Amino acid sequence: MSEPVILVEDLYKSYGAVEAVRGVSFAVQEGEVFGLLGPNGAGKTTTVEILEGLRTRDRGVARVCGLDPDSSGERFKERIGAVLQSTSLPDKLRVKEAIELFAEFYRRRADTDALLRRFQLDEKRSAFYGQLSGGQRQRLALALAMVNDPQVVFLDEPTAGLDPQVRREIYDIIEQFRREKKTVLLTTHYIEEAERLCDRVAIVDHGRVIALGAPRDLKQRSAGTTRIEVRLARRLLNGAGASLEGVTDCREFDGRYVLHSVQPPRTIVALVKQLEAENNELQSLEMFSPSLEDVFIELTGRRLRE
Amino acid sequence: MNHAWTLTKMRVRLATRNRAFFFFSFVMPLLFLFGAVLFFARGSGGRIAYVLGAILTLTVMGSFWGLSVQLVTFREQGILRRFRLAPVSAGAILASSILSNYFLSLPVFVLELILCRYAFHLRSWGNLWAILALVTLGSAAFAALGLIVASVTNTMQETQMINNLIWTGFLTLSGATIPLALLPPWIQRVALFIPATYLATGLQSAARNLASAGEIAIDLVALALGLGVAFEVSRQLFRWEPEAKAPRRAKWWVVAVMIPFLIFGAWENMSGDLLSRVNRNFQSLRGNIPSVGMPLGR
Repeated sequence: MSEPVILVEDLYKSYGAVEAVRGVSFAVQEGEVFGLLGPNGAGKTTTVEILEGLRTRDRGVARVCGLDPDSSGERFKERIGAVLQSTSLPDKLRVKEAIELFAEFYRRRADTDALLRRFQLDEKRSAFYGQLSGGQRQRLALALAMVNDPQVVFLDEPTAGLDPQVRREIYDIIEQFRREKKTVLLTTHYIEEAERLCDRVAIVDHGRVIALGAPRDLKQRSAGTTRIEVRLARRLLNGAGASLEGVTDCREFDGRYVLHSVQPPRTIVALVKQLEAENNELQSLEMFSPSLEDVFIELTGRRLRE
Repeated sequence: MNHAWTLTKMRVRLATRNRAFFFFSFVMPLLFLFGAVLFFARGSGGRIAYVLGAILTLTVMGSFWGLSVQLVTFREQGILRRFRLAPVSAGAILASSILSNYFLSLPVFVLELILCRYAFHLRSWGNLWAILALVTLGSAAFAALGLIVASVTNTMQETQMINNLIWTGFLTLSGATIPLALLPPWIQRVALFIPATYLATGLQSAARNLASAGEIAIDLVALALGLGVAFEVSRQLFRWEPEAKAPRRAKWWVVAVMIPFLIFGAWENMSGDLLSRVNRNFQSLRGNIPSVGMPLGR
């Protein structure tokens, strides 16, 4: 296997007494779309900002294209593109001017008009940044990340806070990056984003990588189980959920019970009987095939967006 | 330097789209000029030259506010973070602040000169080369001083508070508003340690063509040294991140900025040359403005 484009080994970073990153390690190969999946505060942004050269690490190894982001300066910046968790530009800067401005900082420059067309900003080329919608701003942020035709693209929660339609548009753009063989490091707390876009995923929690692999392989951990989420009128008696037929795991989140079952029909029948016995009432029931959310619950006992 | 020039063009463009900037940078200096002429120099070509020197000084010192406030806004809004991802240095961003401020101020300087010459009957252009040099170095030096304030303060409120304090000192002690010759001798001596004094005296002398090349050169050297040290200090203290706080060493860097002016102040206190020029400028007005006969420092 060739040398990884992104290499992180035993990375540590603290802010005062808070340890944001505690020994994170992973490697990303050329052309791979790699995801850091985890809840808010897991250490994803700190990790990616260390790799972008925006933060210095306390210890450990961080390499991008064989370069140390801390000390490689312009040579490093010429090779990366990045979308920050929150991109800000001056309100009175026009869309086309923003792309031209950032392109001028690099030796290798993409064509401005081509970028405007590609990111569907052609009609907004003369609009001020302050007049753009959230989706248009994010498309502009993606266009700015591509002005130097980078080898590696960092995307820090690129769809956070966007409506589903815009999110799908961003997914299409990221899939285009994959077709162009760009190496992409993506952070997200959206399960469907990681499952749809990433070749491999590192699940991060409390500053550590708790699982790493292809989404399909990770989901194998929960293979054969179905997630059943139920809302009840009252809480179940102690231990009743876990003892239902077919149930391998039962946890309560925000008044909902999340059951993992290897025999869903039998589990549902047993649940109904249990509710009758307790004089309880079923308010809603949903069934899901295994997802990365299940992997996260199994590993941490928490839901991803708690 | 290319990146600084690219950023300069962007910042000039942004400033011209900002109504507040237009008001404070174009309208206010001209209002000051009209007010000063109306109250102090109506119908007197001799006094107009003195007023021109003072008004040019005020316009140049306005660079102190200028785009340093914009830089703090950029930092607070996270705009500088986006620039940090690109191959752009702190020096390029700071240089663009100084350059764009200069290019935006230049039309105002020219307009003030033309108005004084043709609308307010200024008798001669004075020493135009000296005026141009003082205005150029002065606006750069004061913009750089403003950038230090932007670097050591953490919020816009802090920036404006400290700017106001320093600005008030510059206004009252430099001779730009109250002639230095009218102030008590000990204040005149203190004023020799303030960069604004070199600018105000230089411009008042140049506007009346009262200073020799050597005397103007001293003012220019003082401003150039101040610019060099202030630029380097602001580069050292530059912060990209909104949450990054000013380092503890910042106060020592700020002390370093004062070194050139401490040296010049001590030298001028001993030699008395600058105060002599202040006196000469003021004496040239005698008969035109009410005489108060306050003795000078020496």
